[in-house]
Amino acid sequence: MSVLDRILLLVTSLLAAYQIAFGIDGSSTLPVIAYTISFGVLLVAGLLLISLGFDVLEAPAVVIIFTLIPISLATGLVWEYLASFRVIYLVYALIGLVAIIVTRSFPIPGKLPTIVLALIHGVAGMTIFLLPIIFAIMDKTEPRFAFVGIGGALIGVGGMLLAFLKTGKPILSQKLTLTVLPGLLLVMTLCFVIGFKVG
Amino acid sequence: MFTKLRPYWSLIKSLQTGLLLSTGLAGYMSARCPVFNLGTMVGLGASLALSISGSTILNMWWDRDIDARMTRTKKRPLASGQIAPNEALRLGLLLSLSGVGLAVAMDALYGLIIFAGIFFDVVIYSMWLKRRTAWGIIWGGISGGMPILAGRVLGYGGFDWIGITLALGILFWIPTHILTFSMKYFDDYKAAGIPTFPSTYGFHMTRITIAVSSVLASLAMGFASYGIGMTIGYLRVLIVLSIGLLSLAAVSVFKPTERTNFGLFKYASLYMLSSMILMVV
Repeated sequence: MSVLDRILLLVTSLLAAYQIAFGIDGSSTLPVIAYTISFGVLLVAGLLLISLGFDVLEAPAVVIIFTLIPISLATGLVWEYLASFRVIYLVYALIGLVAIIVTRSFPIPGKLPTIVLALIHGVAGMTIFLLPIIFAIMDKTEPRFAFVGIGGALIGVGGMLLAFLKTGKPILSQKLTLTVLPGLLLVMTLCFVIGFKVG
Repeated sequence: MFTKLRPYWSLIKSLQTGLLLSTGLAGYMSARCPVFNLGTMVGLGASLALSISGSTILNMWWDRDIDARMTRTKKRPLASGQIAPNEALRLGLLLSLSGVGLAVAMDALYGLIIFAGIFFDVVIYSMWLKRRTAWGIIWGGISGGMPILAGRVLGYGGFDWIGITLALGILFWIPTHILTFSMKYFDDYKAAGIPTFPSTYGFHMTRITIAVSSVLASLAMGFASYGIGMTIGYLRVLIVLSIGLLSLAAVSVFKPTERTNFGLFKYASLYMLSSMILMVV
């Protein structure tokens, strides 16, 4: 891992820490917990990547841990902005998380683990991508809240790059994926911080 | 000039000294933040830096024979003969005495705690217990907790439960740091005849000890931070960092690998440094 990669990851961790410390205070209890989980995973993941290098991505638990970012972020957004879907989305997120843990922890033949991951990840990713942009377009929030949606798109890109890399069918080469990952994480986190600041 | 000074620089283990120095500064600032007295801050930093560097040199002077037998440490300046033992002894004593002298001049109780830190570290831990029992690290841990306690006492004006809890936090953090290290360099310590937790109680028990001490360290840092009056936002960050530490400790117990062990070692240092920063910002 290059010095630049370490700097990018350190800034990402600092931004995530800033968001946890200052960026979510106005929200109610459940979104605060949900956002703390997602930015907390980013913070700790950044520190672990700095400490251990990209080798840490080979750990089997990475898929589960990185899934926490979109699931908890989407849950927080739905709880805050789509009051009528709160409970149903929370139940969906919890069941989805348990399903991912089960299908990734025990040997299950066939494509079920991939289908479960794609379904849960996909819905959470689309929620983070679309909800802020639609709300910004509809003037229900500040226009800059759309940055959260851009962050959501980037998290989807990063998630897909890593997921396909781990399945042995990489979209980009491993070297290129690992080259763009620190910058991608930084821009994504920056988008979230900017978006939430005005959301 | 630089080439000549380099061996002396490595004598003080700058990263370890810097980390302990940061705990002392954080201990002071936990009681006096924002800091308005720059003179006291400079005196605090200088006395801590001198004392910690001095005791580190004295430890290296005493342990030069075992350092020479370990692959990891045989290139150290004293073990490899780059610096004469008497020269290192004089330098270590000079720095230690200067540090304690400056500390006593600032505040007698503060100076006493600094002296106790050096005494526990050099005499009790290195000279007496290190080669006899694996439990010697407890005293290493107690001496490691002295800078933050000293800083807190200087800032607060006496002992309080927060200072004691902060020192306990460091005491419980030390096993996470040192025991992971002693597992990584198990063969080295064995070759040098130093009793460690892994060689005495086995790797599994050592990992459990690390996990338990991580829980206790996190709890102590959390309680102390709450007592200091840390804002809810910073507390959230501390909780997240603590969960990271506890998760790594748990993984190292249930799915132990060399990488997890080393990751825990490095993360524990980052955790402590981050905790100190959170206490002072």
